[in-house]
Amino acid sequence: MPKEQLNGAGIVIKALQDQGVEVVFGYPGGAVLPIYDEIFQQNKLRHILVRQEGGALHAAEGYARSTGKVGCALVTSGPGATNAVTGLLDAMLDSIPLVCLCGQVPTHLIGNDAFQEADTTGITRPCTKHNYLVKNIEDLPRIMHEAFYVAESGRPGPVVIDLPKDVLMELGDYTPPTKIAHKSYNPQVKGDTAAIEQAVKMLSKAKKPIIYAGGGVINSGTGACQLLAQFTQMTGFPITLTLMGLGAYPGSDDQFLGMLGMHGTYEANMAMHDCDVMLCIGARFDDRITGRLDAFSPNSKKIHIDIDLSSINKSVMVDLPIVGDVGHVLEDMLKIWKSTQAKVEEKGLASWWKQIEEWRAKDCLAYKKDAKVIKPQLALERLQALTQDRKDVFITTEVGQHQMWAAQYLKFDSPNHWMTSGGLGTMGYGLPAAIGTQVANPDALVVDISGEASAMMNIQELGTISQYKLPVKIFILNNQYMGMVRQWQELLHGKRYSETYMDGMPDFVKLAESFGLVGLRVTDPDKLDDAIKEMMETDNSVILDIAVSPEENCFPMIPSGAAHNEMIFGTDVNTEGAIAEDGMVLV
Amino acid sequence: MSDGVYAANPYHEEEHKHTISVLVDNEPGVLARVIGLFSGRGYNIESLTVAETRHRQGLSRITIVTSGTAMIIEQIKAQLNRLVPIHSVSDLTIEGPSVERELALVKVNSTGDKRVEALRIADIFRARAVDSTNESFVFEIVGDTGKLDAFIELMKPLGLVDICRTGVVAIARGPEGMDGQD
Repeated sequence: MPKEQLNGAGIVIKALQDQGVEVVFGYPGGAVLPIYDEIFQQNKLRHILVRQEGGALHAAEGYARSTGKVGCALVTSGPGATNAVTGLLDAMLDSIPLVCLCGQVPTHLIGNDAFQEADTTGITRPCTKHNYLVKNIEDLPRIMHEAFYVAESGRPGPVVIDLPKDVLMELGDYTPPTKIAHKSYNPQVKGDTAAIEQAVKMLSKAKKPIIYAGGGVINSGTGACQLLAQFTQMTGFPITLTLMGLGAYPGSDDQFLGMLGMHGTYEANMAMHDCDVMLCIGARFDDRITGRLDAFSPNSKKIHIDIDLSSINKSVMVDLPIVGDVGHVLEDMLKIWKSTQAKVEEKGLASWWKQIEEWRAKDCLAYKKDAKVIKPQLALERLQALTQDRKDVFITTEVGQHQMWAAQYLKFDSPNHWMTSGGLGTMGYGLPAAIGTQVANPDALVVDISGEASAMMNIQELGTISQYKLPVKIFILNNQYMGMVRQWQELLHGKRYSETYMDGMPDFVKLAESFGLVGLRVTDPDKLDDAIKEMMETDNSVILDIAVSPEENCFPMIPSGAAHNEMIFGTDVNTEGAIAEDGMVLV
Repeated sequence: MSDGVYAANPYHEEEHKHTISVLVDNEPGVLARVIGLFSGRGYNIESLTVAETRHRQGLSRITIVTSGTAMIIEQIKAQLNRLVPIHSVSDLTIEGPSVERELALVKVNSTGDKRVEALRIADIFRARAVDSTNESFVFEIVGDTGKLDAFIELMKPLGLVDICRTGVVAIARGPEGMDGQD
């Protein structure tokens, strides 16, 4: 095996290059100085300097989600590592492949409460897929390569490598990556053929089928998304997607019922509730999806395809589990469907669609229009209309009402174009995620849909945008409230708006200008289109501050503690008392 | 209020005790991963033992006694299985017959009749005295958890002052090894 002597930092950089890493998002500090010294002396690996380590992690997530590759972050010891924790857990819950390199105090000082020391592997153990502390230089090349394998195989996730400074400075042998089976971690990718055959039988007999797909399809790759589209169109089954799954199936296709779940469409949730066979693909029956568990899709047989055995029967018992990679299983399913000449239950399916069209006719995303004030829904509808001819539009979001409206009103026709914090619900995710997305796709239109409160959570990253001249567009639906929290206070807590109004907000136009970016503000619905066009046509980064109606609520909604068929709507006159007492305890 | 609409036991199943064997890489932090998984997800640990069992391969074996509904036990096994340094997980309670043993050291402080009675009961239970002074014994007793509980119960009125138990170790009956190796 070819070997060359390098110091630990050199081994780290060489391993990153050999793993195909082109960009690393990071922030220097004492413990990682040797790595930064190596970065300075090479030109292959690009470093993006963020303003706070939290930003580096979300940027790496945005990069990973928009490219399908492993995202890479580099932070120093102690506070650098603790600032990275939120991003790590975010990536964990959304199954995003990341490798985060953390500096650490020298091995002889570990446990000594040394300056900028943190028990990084201890702190990050429950928020990573796996983590390593490298105590010997001989282990470094293996661990570097193994980290990438672990991050991207099976159900993807974040991996931390904690690197003591003495190890980074010691000389050692570098070994390039090899293809040897891991000694203990080898996830099952191929599904059980007998189970897939049974799934085909169940689906061909279904009178009221539904496909419920999630982020697992996107993680499985664009090939898996094509197979999903092929299967859906071949069978003519209705399909709904989770928040994480948007883009896995073309959003503008007629068979797509929209997103499901707490703020999903009426037709998607009703179809989930009334179906007789549910095909869950790469989704995990999360509590935002199921609503009340004992009333969740009560009369259906459930088939669940997932690469992670622990996702199966976690909250909802399924009738037919298939453990494997979505792409592999769908490929086999299509083959078996064709080879057994399976047919769909035409008559049943036709009346099922008739029923679905009735639900659709309710037009659940309708909202009260206003000639004087910009409705947030309108802003997103106009953004959709003005960008729909472009293929290279990437959307990131923060967390809250704007995120749900974006999921409802924007249409995603291909995967990897929608980056949102689903599982953890991290406010402040979207701005740095947009940075990572823009770095990966320099010529694309990258828009961070934001609220004014979320925007403030990682506002320091405007500096990163400015330094690298990234044309990120920040689309702020400014309602002057933490809207989603305010909505829950309205529905649950007698309109006592406790601490959800934030005074002292910056003038976003001046703020943008102070960073050398462009700031625009729009308050008049008639001027909205011009503002969006100007935002799109500006080469520089733009903050578009859109004053929207402050008390708009996000509907439709399954109130917490309710079932899929108990949704409330924006057109309902009175939503007071919509959430029952026992729903109040839930989030 | 009831146990909630997103409760972990929506099907109101009965809880059962399971003994789970886990073969892991003997590396720093691996026990913390396993214990952290249990505490983080709210699973019970009734007993846990760990020691290196295959030095050459650097493998340790962890035996965990836990309890939960069938759904929770499935979750525990699946969650353990997806930890990177875990080689194999087996549920000895449902995968055929197995042998379970636990060792306890029991210190009894008494004199006179009580001292004689303690020794007599120890004999019935096949416990060995591994330390003795004029007024105390340390007994070593091996057996299943129930036998140890019974012995300790009987020692209580006879001057029981200290107990140390290893927790359960368990192995499947029959000729097969845990993961087909060795």
